[in-house]
Amino acid sequence: MKERLVLIGNGMAGVRTLEELLKLTPEKYDITVFGEEPYGNYNRIMLSPVLASEKTIDEIMLNDDQWYADNNVTLHKGRKVTGIDRVRKVVRADDGTEAAYDRLIIATGSTPFILPVPGADKEGVIGFRDIHDVDLMLEASKKYKKAVVIGGGLLGLEAANGLMKQGMDVTVVHLLGHLMERQLDVTAAKMLQQSLQDKGMKFLMDHATEEVLGDDHVTGLKFSDGTEIAADLLVMAVGIKPNIELAQNAGLHCERGIVVNDTMQTFDPGIYSVGECVQHRGVCYGLVAPLFEQAKVAANHLAEFGIARYEGSVTSTMLKVTGIDLFSAGDFLGDDDTEEMVFQDVASGVYKKIVLRDNRIAGCVMYGDTIDGTWYFQMLKDGTDVSDFRNTILFGQAHLGDAGHGDDTRVAAMPDDAEICGCNGVCKGDIVNAISEKKLFTLDDVKAHTKAASSCGSCTGLVEALLAHTLGGDYSEAPSKKPLCSCTDYSHDDIIGAIRNQELKSMQAVRDFLEWKTPDGCASCRPALNYYLLANWPEEYQDDLQSRFINERAHGNIQKDGTYSVVPRMFGGLCTPSDLRAIADVCEKYSVPEMKVTGGQRIDLFGVKKEDLPGMWKDLTDAGFVSGHAYGKAMRTVKTCAGKTWCRFGTQNSTGLGVKLEELTWGSWMPHKFKLAVSGCPRNCAEATIKDFGVVCVDSGYELHVGGNGGIKVRVTDFLCKVDTEEEVLEYCGAFIQKYREEAHYLERTAPWVERVGLACVKQAILEDEAQRKALYERFLLSQKFAQIDPWKQRAEGAESCEFNPIRISA
Amino acid sequence: MSNWLEVAKLDDIPRLGSRVVRTDTMEIAVFRAADDSVFALKNVCPHKKGPLSEGIVAGHTVTCPLHNWKINLEDGCAQGPDEGCTHAFETKVDGDIVYLKG
Ligand code: SRM
Ligand SMILES: Cc1cc2nc3c(=O)[nH]c(=O)nc-3n(C[C@H](O)[C@H](O)[C@H](O)COP(=O)(O)OP(=O)(O)OC[C@H]3O[C@@H](n4cnc5c(N)ncnc54)[C@H](O)[C@@H]3O)c2cc1C
Ligand code: SF4
Ligand code: FES
Repeated sequence: MKERLVLIGNGMAGVRTLEELLKLTPEKYDITVFGEEPYGNYNRIMLSPVLASEKTIDEIMLNDDQWYADNNVTLHKGRKVTGIDRVRKVVRADDGTEAAYDRLIIATGSTPFILPVPGADKEGVIGFRDIHDVDLMLEASKKYKKAVVIGGGLLGLEAANGLMKQGMDVTVVHLLGHLMERQLDVTAAKMLQQSLQDKGMKFLMDHATEEVLGDDHVTGLKFSDGTEIAADLLVMAVGIKPNIELAQNAGLHCERGIVVNDTMQTFDPGIYSVGECVQHRGVCYGLVAPLFEQAKVAANHLAEFGIARYEGSVTSTMLKVTGIDLFSAGDFLGDDDTEEMVFQDVASGVYKKIVLRDNRIAGCVMYGDTIDGTWYFQMLKDGTDVSDFRNTILFGQAHLGDAGHGDDTRVAAMPDDAEICGCNGVCKGDIVNAISEKKLFTLDDVKAHTKAASSCGSCTGLVEALLAHTLGGDYSEAPSKKPLCSCTDYSHDDIIGAIRNQELKSMQAVRDFLEWKTPDGCASCRPALNYYLLANWPEEYQDDLQSRFINERAHGNIQKDGTYSVVPRMFGGLCTPSDLRAIADVCEKYSVPEMKVTGGQRIDLFGVKKEDLPGMWKDLTDAGFVSGHAYGKAMRTVKTCAGKTWCRFGTQNSTGLGVKLEELTWGSWMPHKFKLAVSGCPRNCAEATIKDFGVVCVDSGYELHVGGNGGIKVRVTDFLCKVDTEEEVLEYCGAFIQKYREEAHYLERTAPWVERVGLACVKQAILEDEAQRKALYERFLLSQKFAQIDPWKQRAEGAESCEFNPIRISA
Repeated sequence: MSNWLEVAKLDDIPRLGSRVVRTDTMEIAVFRAADDSVFALKNVCPHKKGPLSEGIVAGHTVTCPLHNWKINLEDGCAQGPDEGCTHAFETKVDGDIVYLKG
């Protein structure tokens, strides 16, 4: 018999938990749901637009009766659960219906807080929580004229706006001197109040309600200063209180909310709780984003996957009043240890404030121009160090160059034939037409249909701005935690974590454990998994050639005509006459159409036919060459300069050190390509400060630099530290590489990786913790034992011969 | 080519991989999926003639190595939103021998 799962509370958090659970294991449980409201599950957030007549109830239904039927979920609508018998493991509803459970989820949400003042129970006094409340308000707006909303927070203002849209005369009464004090600072609050007043909303600030006036029905309010105001409808929006009565009566430990641990279990481990009724690490949440994260974790545990943990959320707020742009997140007030950056343009109604703590965003408030809100919020959550661009941060991401989010007005002003995606030659008109004609809603859709943003990705921000501009409010940004690809819901970090913690050692094991949606993955996830497995289990994992991009499978760079290029390694860029002679001979023997000195200080032989590769490699191998890995997500080159041996300014033997570094690191597979350089003095002829790992020699030692990048978006390295000896250079280099190999996402170069995790994190592992540095270096050396086997030599000796030999038939 | 031609042993084609079969006039890419079904396409991508034999095989599709078009192995056609087809040859596997129909 299947296990029985009962859900109390047919709301947003509870049903989301079921959805997540059904995705993971559709068959595990017999599921029963009790919901006090007489409907399926709907999007409570959208009650505000419904009240403002911008949406209908039908449009906000999330799961109708059919969904419950399709998923074999028994739904008891309109039935309130009145008791939980934890001994018999049975719940009972007000009409006597009982249901037995093996596991139980309590997701009873919260209830509007009603001020304990005399008269609060009169007719015409309501909260703003569910469809019933909205119906009451809509009805009242037809009969009455004057509405008062107590509470100038998010909910109160949305209620006031809706009632105003229904033609009522609305006054908002607020206890404090500025609106939304939990989300806004005084400046932003005043701007907001001004815009709402311009729309016709009235305000009574600094007013404490003392009594609700009237006989049966409300007629007005009396305040503590003795003044009064008339009202036919009174909406209390002063806060919510977690709905914990049921749990409390069942003897579950509750404080403000039902107390749960990081796996969303209450003190009775068979009983889970999610949503607004919950108190996690002392915090009760009142927004959906954290509740959805809780739902994911609870589902993961109910499915007995046991890997997810909920560790709390940082939340951000927007106000759903059409025409008002407001965004707030984190600690927007700051304290003695924070710095503030403020931009204010009263004329155009724009205000932005960013609070920084140690050069990281601690909070922000934006009013009037919120296009960069999600960008700031992402950096806030990631703890990104913004020191490099703090002087332009207030101007937004667009200002950082093309990689950023372009703003709405900028894309709106572009002509239709403006090229948005330089890689695929896609113009604004193509994208806008595709969005409207093919009904595209997401960045992925646009990528698939137009190819825009599908190559180097530097136009992603512009495409997102076009989506937002074309779709208006229907476009919502991609979730912050992106799945690796459409074969899975898990992110890179989830997958790396599972491979390591669960000791998954084959691609099939990963796909089974994380319940991949496709049997053998796709061209995006297979190379990523192959890399993660190789990096984690160098001794055991068997490289899967069929999961490698052709360049890495054929050990050459595929060209547009299907031929390959061959780049033999020249350690540190050094070469001898006989090396050059051997290369020249090979080129003549195989009629190589073109040779070129590369930007990586070695020689590229272009236009080689695939079946000639092994033969050519044999000749090169015999002459002492190994593969240059010019084709791989791998260590590429070590550029060096002349150095002390010849150069009049040289301070150390940069060429010799470059050779040693290349001997140490060649052959290693990486999340992305990895380049090194050694310059003999600060004149830096080898351009070491735009390499993934660069060394600048000085008289007294060696300066180490990391996270540099030429290419699409140039980034100068961060200075890591200075060391005294070549041995130390090698050790620090190996440790840095290994940390990058273990932690970066596949296809993430060191530059974006360092920016994502922060230089401090790299320094901590490599500088401050000697034991950790040595351990990283050891792991790197171990993995090199298996990696430094020349793939060209192996193939010249016959390995993988079927890759290179066509089958010939006559027909 | 109008009858069944023997081209290879099944095990000569790597699983989730391919082999190139070269005739006097053209190249054909012969693929083997994870479920051991075998497909054959003219080795020319409908986009810009990329060699499909070099792509990554997943399910019953291959991703072209040059610009990532996804081609259906069953009929040789690009998956939406891309448009275009390359010729798909009929195949059969008898015992461990793979045959192509011209
Ligand atoms: C051959 C070479 C150009 C040359 O003749 O000088 C070259 C050729 C290619 N580069 Fe490069 N890059 C070459 C040095 C560089 C350099 C200069 C350097 O390393 O000092 C850079 C900028 C420095 C850097 O990487 O930070 C460079 C930045 C790129 C980028 C952008 C990388 C980025 O992070 O933004 C790409 C695209 C990518 O990797 O996704 C790229 C990609 C390519 C590819 C592999 C394109 C591809 O995916 O097919 C080119 C292969 C051509 C072919 O058909 O064989 N190549 N490429 C150079 C080979 C060096 C070597 O000996 O291995
Ligand atoms: C008007 C409005 C606007 C909002 N706007 C936003 C917004 O813009 N952004 C945002 O993030 N959040 C917003 N929220 C908050 C968001 O809707 C809630 O955080 C979310 O709905 C909470 O989900 P939940 O499942 O915990 O509770 P609910 O969705 O309230 O679900 C709880 C359900 O349990 C039922 N129930 C309670 N007790 C019992 C019982 N004993 N037996 C059976 N059933 C029971 C209730 O009837 C209810 O249906 C808004 C809320 C409102 C009311
Ligand atoms: S960096 Fe400058 S000094 Fe040093 S070797 Fe190169 S040229 Fe000479
Ligand atoms: S040639 Fe195949 S995708 Fe471009």
